[in-house]
Amino acid sequence: MLGYFIRRLLAAIPVMLVLALSVFLLLRLSPGDPAVIIAGDMASPEQVASIRTALGLDQPIYTQFFIWMGNMLQGDFGTSLISQTSVMTMITQRLEPTVSLALAAIVFTVLISVPLGVIAAWRQGSWVDNLVMSVSVVGFSVPVFVIGYIVIQVFAIKLGWLPVQGYRSLDNGFGEFASRLVLPALTLSSVYIALIARMTRASMLEVLKEDYIRTARAKGLGERLVLFRHALRNAGVPILTVIGTGFALMVSGVVVTESVFNIPGLGRLIIDAVLARDYPVIQAIILLTAGLYVFINLLIDLSYAITDPRIRY
Amino acid sequence: MHTHSQMHGLPARYSIHGWTTKLLRLRPRTTTIIATTTLAAIVLMAIFAPLIATHDPTELSPASRLQAMSAEHWLGTDAYGRDLFSRVVYGARISLTVGLGVAFLTLLIGLPLGLIAGYFRAIDAVLMRFMDGLMAIPGILAAIAIVSLTSANLWMLMIAITVPEIPQIVRLVRSQVLATREEAFVEAAVLMSTPTRTILWRHLMPNTFAPLIVQCTYVCAAAILTEATLSFLGVGLSSEIPTWGNIMSDGRIYFQLKPSLIFWAGVLLSLCILSINLLGDAARDALDPIMKRKEG
Amino acid sequence: MSTDNIVLRVESLVVETVDKSPKPILKGVSFEIQAGETLCLVGESGSGKSVSSLTTVGLLPSGSLRAVSGRVELDGENLLQATPKRLNELRGSRMAMIFQEPMTALNPVLSVGKQLDEVLACHTKTSTAQRRTQVLDALEQVHLPDIQRMYSSFPHQLSGGQRQRIMIAMALLLKPRLLIADEPTTALDVTTQHQILKLIRELQQKHGTAVLFITHDMGVVVDIADRVCVMKTGKIVEQGPVRQVLSTPKEAYTQCLLTAVPSLTPRPPRPARGPRQVLDVTGLEKEFVPSQGLLSWFRRAQAGTKAVNSVSFQLQEGRTLGIVGESGSGKSTLARCVMRLISPTGGIVRINGQDISVLNSRSLKPHRGCIQMVFQDPYRSLNPRLTIGQSLIEGPMNYGKPRNTAMLKAKELLELVGLPPDAIDRFPHQFSGGQRQRIAIARALAMEPDVIVADEAVSALDVSVQAQVLALFDDIQQRFGVAVLFITHDLRVAAQICDDVLVMQRGQVVEYGPAQQVLGNPQAAYTRQLIDVAPGRSWDFAAFAPAS
Repeated sequence: MLGYFIRRLLAAIPVMLVLALSVFLLLRLSPGDPAVIIAGDMASPEQVASIRTALGLDQPIYTQFFIWMGNMLQGDFGTSLISQTSVMTMITQRLEPTVSLALAAIVFTVLISVPLGVIAAWRQGSWVDNLVMSVSVVGFSVPVFVIGYIVIQVFAIKLGWLPVQGYRSLDNGFGEFASRLVLPALTLSSVYIALIARMTRASMLEVLKEDYIRTARAKGLGERLVLFRHALRNAGVPILTVIGTGFALMVSGVVVTESVFNIPGLGRLIIDAVLARDYPVIQAIILLTAGLYVFINLLIDLSYAITDPRIRY
Repeated sequence: MHTHSQMHGLPARYSIHGWTTKLLRLRPRTTTIIATTTLAAIVLMAIFAPLIATHDPTELSPASRLQAMSAEHWLGTDAYGRDLFSRVVYGARISLTVGLGVAFLTLLIGLPLGLIAGYFRAIDAVLMRFMDGLMAIPGILAAIAIVSLTSANLWMLMIAITVPEIPQIVRLVRSQVLATREEAFVEAAVLMSTPTRTILWRHLMPNTFAPLIVQCTYVCAAAILTEATLSFLGVGLSSEIPTWGNIMSDGRIYFQLKPSLIFWAGVLLSLCILSINLLGDAARDALDPIMKRKEG
Repeated sequence: MSTDNIVLRVESLVVETVDKSPKPILKGVSFEIQAGETLCLVGESGSGKSVSSLTTVGLLPSGSLRAVSGRVELDGENLLQATPKRLNELRGSRMAMIFQEPMTALNPVLSVGKQLDEVLACHTKTSTAQRRTQVLDALEQVHLPDIQRMYSSFPHQLSGGQRQRIMIAMALLLKPRLLIADEPTTALDVTTQHQILKLIRELQQKHGTAVLFITHDMGVVVDIADRVCVMKTGKIVEQGPVRQVLSTPKEAYTQCLLTAVPSLTPRPPRPARGPRQVLDVTGLEKEFVPSQGLLSWFRRAQAGTKAVNSVSFQLQEGRTLGIVGESGSGKSTLARCVMRLISPTGGIVRINGQDISVLNSRSLKPHRGCIQMVFQDPYRSLNPRLTIGQSLIEGPMNYGKPRNTAMLKAKELLELVGLPPDAIDRFPHQFSGGQRQRIAIARALAMEPDVIVADEAVSALDVSVQAQVLALFDDIQQRFGVAVLFITHDLRVAAQICDDVLVMQRGQVVEYGPAQQVLGNPQAAYTRQLIDVAPGRSWDFAAFAPAS
């Protein structure tokens, strides 16, 4: 178990290195000199040069990389080129809305999609199955922002049940917080629900064909036990994998949802940073998200070991 | 599959399988027809956009801003007085170009890389670590970064959307090759001194096609979605170019006032992606027996 | 025969596919089993024997097969009319089932104890502690070692034989009236098979259980059955006491099945064909070193396992050498080393005098043609996307033969192996397993090899097809004088096809010599044991009489 953990951890290191290098190169090699951007259009070449020296941009590219990596490892993500504040502070300020949104969406997703997928697989070909599959194809195809506007139009404008847009932090009371979180979280979870319901169904269908399911039935176990104790635990690994790889979808969803619902989170931050060419912010967010992806997948790898004794050795 | 299960004296299991594939093949038949028709209509609309459109989609006309539906402007006009109908019609062009272009580029790069990774173990380790790294960057962020830091032309856009899709294809092809190369017929080819490139080309590659076709339809749909998302966020193609994402992005501010500004583009975009996904599902179900037959 | 002791009575059972045009799978099957009796359903693949058992326990795949008429009575209760709830009550408590694949029949994520406990938990109201005692007792009864550890272990930590014992313990936990065993020993080695059969017998006598035993192997029938039903395409063609069916079979089909069983007595030696030594293996070794990955920096290198350990043998033209051993004996690894599909870690492999054990793939090319292989699974040995012709000419064309000549040759070969000439343009899935194996042999012959290595080439085939393919091997040897290295786990097959036999155990040679001597008068204890546990040893099938 410990050996497994260490192996997974070690395997994550080269991935993170490749990541850091590609993010660094992507931003350094792209056209648009940051020194010129900071100095402004009116600056003289001397001014630009002095800014370049100040930022270390005149050093060879590999020196720049090592300095940058060193700073990163110490938790120093640099300062924003635009607002001149620390990138770390900017990110932490925007963290709360994004995290609340993502967590709420994940809770919605798991509660809705896993049972749906299980039932669809159990009654393969029935109307439940067809319904789940149809809804999931639609959920997968309709863009998040379209769903967002439909949801706003129906629940906020026509029915007037919930506020249209905006975000209130938890400090303003739970009611305020929750009422503004429901619609975005629902919107964000739509793709995820589609994806995981589909995966749960497919994976359950595979498992239900296995010999040990026949054994469980031959023992005279009730269907509920067969489905949830014997089948779902075995179907768990692929479902967990998809939750991990679906993280990319989640990120895309967060960026769009925050934009549609005017939520001041990390998604908005990166869009603003990209439009302003604020390199350190872009680098930091991409790298943090990628790091989070690797971390989440590491956690998922570990949870395989818990669900599946064969990995545990 | 058939004879294989019989071999183990289990015709029952064969029957489960035969029955489900039949079911899967039957069920989407009507939906497949609807999806094909919808997609065909959108494709025709894109090809004959100049004939169908009633106005120049980029023509500004400040005098007639935000007009309602009329005989002159079938779907009304947007905040700059541009004809919404014509813009929506032209929008199909960009979406389909991006979808097909990205699917093709992904295939062009992903298939050879996957074949190499699956067959040559030494290259495999390095290449797959790299792919793991690439996969860790959420596609949309990578695309946003690439597009906005370079010039936002159509080619850059397609490349930006292609890059994050590549690891998936490489993994798919690789796993397929890894599974197939264990098959006795590949070993038999080795024993007959078949050259490596022939083994890759003749024995391994054709066995990746079925899942690859399916995956490519999904990539196509995903690319259209990503392009629209980028445009919507304002980091895609220049906002004068009529794309469905741009139309919706422009309409956002006036959304509560005039929902139709984003409604039509949203509907067409969703229908287009939905049809492609449905066709992908249909292809998967139809190809399923082939995939299964390979297993047994 | 008293009727009051009948546990299971199946009466004119008809099972059909659920379809617009239903196809009958069982066409009126009737049999009955008394308490304490073992009834064997025997038949080849597709005969409907597994469907009969699944119908009995009510586990027919709903939606694809259903029982349309007839009765299945367990102690007088018609199971076809029972509610799903009632069936659940009966399954596991009054009737139990064990399956063919012990490796997949247990849930990999639940501990063994938990899976056994479940049976008690769902059928009885005993306390947790009591259930534990009962489970441990059941594990004891199937003679598993260290039962406390067994209780908390997971299936992947156990061997196939141990898992099948656990399946038996699970099935007999509530002392059911009826035990259905569907090919329970087919996936096991002969030694384990022997022990499992003995165990089933022992427990049956202890509890007076009625056993419905499904098998394709006539040898197993001899060892376990009281009565036999011979099935063919959904019908019972013959039934009766085992002795009677084996000694005086009435139906032609039964006779055919019985005579197709290869005899354990080695065939008379054939005259040597020529002195040319085509294959010479000396001190061959293959060591598998576990891959260390990143941790190799921190850990001492582990000792590898020697899958093949100093094996030597010679093969002359026109002769057949059988490599015999149980699973894990290294016989397949040996074959792959000889073929150079993997590289041996030591020793010499000479083909026509040339050492190929250290050649790289380019210098191997001229020698590849001399040694060809026929694989075990006929369903995987032909590329499903190439026509038979394309598969057959691939090799010759690699060696520069023009396409037309190669195609003509391919047609000749197909005729030779007994396939119609139009087979050349068809695809593999249009052929049965036996036919595909013929094609694989033709493909090997197309290279005009001196040696053909056949790795379990007939073990996936039905016994009647197996006999035909063995005859084909004999025929091509007569014609072309090709030498055959025949790898098999089946002593009966080895006895019928081999001139020489080499017995392997854990990578090492246990005994090597002429078949007559090794199988007729074995010197090594391991060989003797293998022959002792061969199923149906007490019966001479060809003579319809007990073996002398």
